Amino acid sequence: MLGSIVFGLWWIVENTVTNLATQNKSVGFGFLSQSAGFQISTTLGTWLFDYEAGSSTYLDVYYIGIVNTFVVAFFGIFAATALGFTLGIMRLSQNFVLRAFSTAYIEITRNVPLLLQLFFWYFAVLRSLPNRRGKIEIFEGAAGINITGLYLPAPIPAEGFSATMIALAIAIAITMGINRFARIRQHETGKPFPVFWVGTGVLVLIPLAVFLVTGSPLSWEFPEFRETGPILRRGYQDGMGMLIIPEMMSVWLALTLYTAAFIAEIVRAGILAVNKGQTEAALSLGLKQGKVLQLVIIPQAMRIIIPPLTSQYLNLTKNSSLAVAIAYPELVSVFAGTALNQVGKEIEMIFMMMSVYLTFSIVTALFMNWFNSKVKLVER
Amino acid sequence: MIKITSAIAGVATAILATSAFAGAHGDTTLGQVQAKGFVQCGVSQGLPGFSNADDAGNWAGIDVDLCRAVAAAVFGDASKVKFTPLSAKQRFTALSSGEIDILSRNTTWTMTRDTQLGLNFAGVNYYDGQGMMVPAGLGAKSALELDGANICTNTGTTTELNITDYFRANNMSFNLVAYEKADEVVAAYDAGRCDVYTTDRSGLAAQRTKLTSPDAHVVLPEIISKEPLGPVVRQGDDNWFNIVRWSLNAMINAEELGITAANAASMANDNNPSVKRLLGTEGNFGEELGLSNDWAMNIVTQVGNYGESYERHVGLNTPIKLARGVNNLWSQGGILYAAPIR
Amino acid sequence: MAKKPTSNRPTRARPGKAQPDKGYVRTEDAPVLPPPPSEAGISGWLWHNVLASCSDFTSIGSAVRSIVMAFFTVFVGWLTISTAWGLFDFAVLSAVWSDPDGIKREACFTIDQGGQLPSGWHGACWPFVAAKMKFMMYGPYDIDQLWRVNLAGIIGLIGLAWVMIEPLPYRRYVGIFLLTVYPLLTIILLYGGGFDVSLMTLSIIFMIGLALITFGRLAGRGLLGETMAAFASAGGIGGWLLVGYAVVMLILGVDYGLRTIDTNQWGGLLITLVVAITGIVASLPLGIVLALGRRSSMPIARILSIVFIEFWRGVPLITVLFMASVMLPLFLPEGVNFDNLLRALIGVMLFSAAYMAEVIRGGLQAMDKGQYEGADALGLSYWEKMRLIILPQALTHVIPGIVNTFIGLFKDTTLVSIIGLFDLLGAAQSAISDVAWATPVQAHTGYLFVAAVFFVFCFGMSRYSIYMENKLSRGRKH
Repeated sequence: MLGSIVFGLWWIVENTVTNLATQNKSVGFGFLSQSAGFQISTTLGTWLFDYEAGSSTYLDVYYIGIVNTFVVAFFGIFAATALGFTLGIMRLSQNFVLRAFSTAYIEITRNVPLLLQLFFWYFAVLRSLPNRRGKIEIFEGAAGINITGLYLPAPIPAEGFSATMIALAIAIAITMGINRFARIRQHETGKPFPVFWVGTGVLVLIPLAVFLVTGSPLSWEFPEFRETGPILRRGYQDGMGMLIIPEMMSVWLALTLYTAAFIAEIVRAGILAVNKGQTEAALSLGLKQGKVLQLVIIPQAMRIIIPPLTSQYLNLTKNSSLAVAIAYPELVSVFAGTALNQVGKEIEMIFMMMSVYLTFSIVTALFMNWFNSKVKLVER
Repeated sequence: MIKITSAIAGVATAILATSAFAGAHGDTTLGQVQAKGFVQCGVSQGLPGFSNADDAGNWAGIDVDLCRAVAAAVFGDASKVKFTPLSAKQRFTALSSGEIDILSRNTTWTMTRDTQLGLNFAGVNYYDGQGMMVPAGLGAKSALELDGANICTNTGTTTELNITDYFRANNMSFNLVAYEKADEVVAAYDAGRCDVYTTDRSGLAAQRTKLTSPDAHVVLPEIISKEPLGPVVRQGDDNWFNIVRWSLNAMINAEELGITAANAASMANDNNPSVKRLLGTEGNFGEELGLSNDWAMNIVTQVGNYGESYERHVGLNTPIKLARGVNNLWSQGGILYAAPIR
Repeated sequence: MAKKPTSNRPTRARPGKAQPDKGYVRTEDAPVLPPPPSEAGISGWLWHNVLASCSDFTSIGSAVRSIVMAFFTVFVGWLTISTAWGLFDFAVLSAVWSDPDGIKREACFTIDQGGQLPSGWHGACWPFVAAKMKFMMYGPYDIDQLWRVNLAGIIGLIGLAWVMIEPLPYRRYVGIFLLTVYPLLTIILLYGGGFDVSLMTLSIIFMIGLALITFGRLAGRGLLGETMAAFASAGGIGGWLLVGYAVVMLILGVDYGLRTIDTNQWGGLLITLVVAITGIVASLPLGIVLALGRRSSMPIARILSIVFIEFWRGVPLITVLFMASVMLPLFLPEGVNFDNLLRALIGVMLFSAAYMAEVIRGGLQAMDKGQYEGADALGLSYWEKMRLIILPQALTHVIPGIVNTFIGLFKDTTLVSIIGLFDLLGAAQSAISDVAWATPVQAHTGYLFVAAVFFVFCFGMSRYSIYMENKLSRGRKH
């Protein structure tokens, strides 16, 4: 068996070498330092790496792709978790309206391909937005949306803003300390401590106080909309405020709505899997309904929920690659698409692209192993 | 022993793979094509006027006609051709791996492609240049007024590089949104995502027909690049290269000599020796290519001359409405100048 | 007819004992009262299912919660009803159903656009779907040859229904037919047979196969010594594979007089089904091998299986398809090439095999250890143990998981449109860009239709999976 596998691999390598030789191609990563001569849509990645066509390299393009993939994956995971948990709990609700909505939502979203949903949000919904010269105002003009994207106010930190950030870090540390103290005190004396309220207070008040004392060193740059001037210059102005391109919004929306349906099912299954006796026993101990959830059901349900939840997060990250169909410049689109077409180094570039996803999967798998060993039922 | 078994299995697999998919063998492309009975031609995934399939899968366009011409030259039957739709990304690999025999997919002839990819360009069947299309409502008369524009295009071509260079050279800012497929660019441009749609001017004319209201868009006068489009073959098979090159030349020469699909048969005994040489009634030109002497006769009767093909697919009477312009014969003010058959 | 003793009804008066005259003991059943109005009828249902969660005002906390809940319920209710109504209005009430004059897109124009419909109209343009139906179902497949696709589809449907409906006889044989003869039949019907095969090569392969089988038989009887006996089964399996391959290629090589229809001409739902079904059928055996490999005690087999599975599971399908379409030609010798569809199929197969392997591994792990030990105690060899004892049980356990993988795969087939195959979604995208039907509702209509088709397939499969799950769990409880 080993022999045939080695033989197969050798055969593939041999063919590849021959084929590359006939195509006059060499293998190597030298292209990474060449400059990329094409423009990329404004995204967090291009902003972070100061991308400029003609002077930035293909390595920068690679990094931009990675950043853009993870930006959309991060916000997608965040929103899908919130929506998914809400829907999952709604599906178990006594309330018929909530239950019916959740069931219908889950069944429809799960059974329609993600790519189709992506096309729907991009091509069908995009058309109904006002064009570049028009807008829908949000918050009295502080933000606005049209077909070229969502324009938000951009925070401009002034000198001294770092003090607020440091204060925030200190507040987080203090909250963790309080949490620990509260747990120890409850263990020893049995008296509960209102961790939530105190913690929130600390987290909000300390940075806020520092922020005000240092003289509010943060200004907002609002998007600017012009209705006069040359027609191409009308509409929202480049470089004013924060622009979220419609491609990113569509990818984010589609990923969130699709994954939320799966998360909802996982949450439902997790909660249902907790034995009813656990609830009854907790109630008979005199715990309040809220405490039963917090102390008995959720910790046990989470043990069941987290492994499949992680694999949903992984799926979401991998599915962000569908953005290639609607030109959101994430890894597959900008590196294995645009850049690959210019450079033509299929083997190297696809290898580099896959290794990003593989690394992410492996890191997640390691985390899962650690987590499983931590929450494993200790049977006595 | 396990090694031996594996080795046998390995060899067997290799034989299987080769026997199953290689098809008939012959040393030359012509030999292979003749053995399998058809020309395999790589075309675009849908560019009206150049290579486009209708709902029933019938391909049409000037790139398609070139493939048909080669089939007519080789087999005397223009229908002995099969088409492989290829994306910009797949096209060169498909050709060099032998999946297709000719790549006739509005491919720009550049030095890199000619020298570094192991390919040869057999000629130019359309002289093109990159242009820009904008909605008429924008009121722009020149590309130099497009500072700050959103521009849509599709990836996989030199288009992104050209447009970036042009805007940088003129010190204008812009945003580029590059889609994977042409249909998506059209949809996004039509929805108003971009102010400008840039690609080869022929492509603009073709894609414009897919817009909701084609007349509400104008193509700007600037041509920002040279894009000679032509058929491509693998390096290292000069005979096949010649067949493709001379099939194209035959179509152009036929137009110059006034030979059309309708009058080709009657002109075979014309007094003009050039006509006779082309139509195979004088000389042995076909046999020199390894074909029959009526090779060009077959091309002209079954596919038509270059002008006929042009007018049929992209000319002013088609929805694409491209004037001949530089793609006219040299004698008519254009730059089409085919080497003579003699 | 003698009156039956009412022994099964609880009676206070026991025969043979004097009944003490206690006033508080009932001697007859209490009358059955109707449930209180708050529990019955629509109001009762409303109370329990909607209002109860919004009307707890016993403390400040619960009052706040009730009010929030009430608002939330109203909001969600409004959202549900408005969405459902909007969809119904778009798809049915406002929709244009026919285009009797053959005026194409003008049938769906509003007055402002030069048509008949009122200004601001927004509804589905079904004549568009009807006109593109053939293209979305079969792609550019030759119209006069559509019977071939239909025939293959009908045979497949009948076979599948036969296997799924339990009281029918010979289900096992129908299943075997579906997995062996049917794929061949389908390839011949769809493609047209007449593959270019060399008889010489096939006979060599056939010979090698026979030799290997013979070797396997001899070694299995121990005639070739101890060391050889270990490879008996490997030789046998390899031999049968080669013989099978030769026979299959021979059958495909025969010219059946059907016109060859290239895969370039396939499209629409046809491609979706071909990719999905090939993916699932081919991934099952591969998945079983990988799952066994991953649980094998041989370190090489285990490591290779793990690497293989984790690699494919770690990367997105679209990158696999890119790899198959761009890199595969580089891996093969010159002159050997697959067509576009076959390349996508290989990518999908490898990808789904990895997921299938994990599902099957789940089934193997869930098996009671006693089953393994029992089989060992009977003296069965590894393959006999797997084939006769372990796999039948493990696979039955994970049927719902397999169906779920299939649903995922079915939806994922849409990705092949990105590498240029016209599957259902790709065909719809292409239809949507047809100018002859260009209207503002064209995209909405096309997407709605495709979504409905996918929903019907996926929802049907998920119901079947739930049904199987219930049936299996019932079986396990006994």
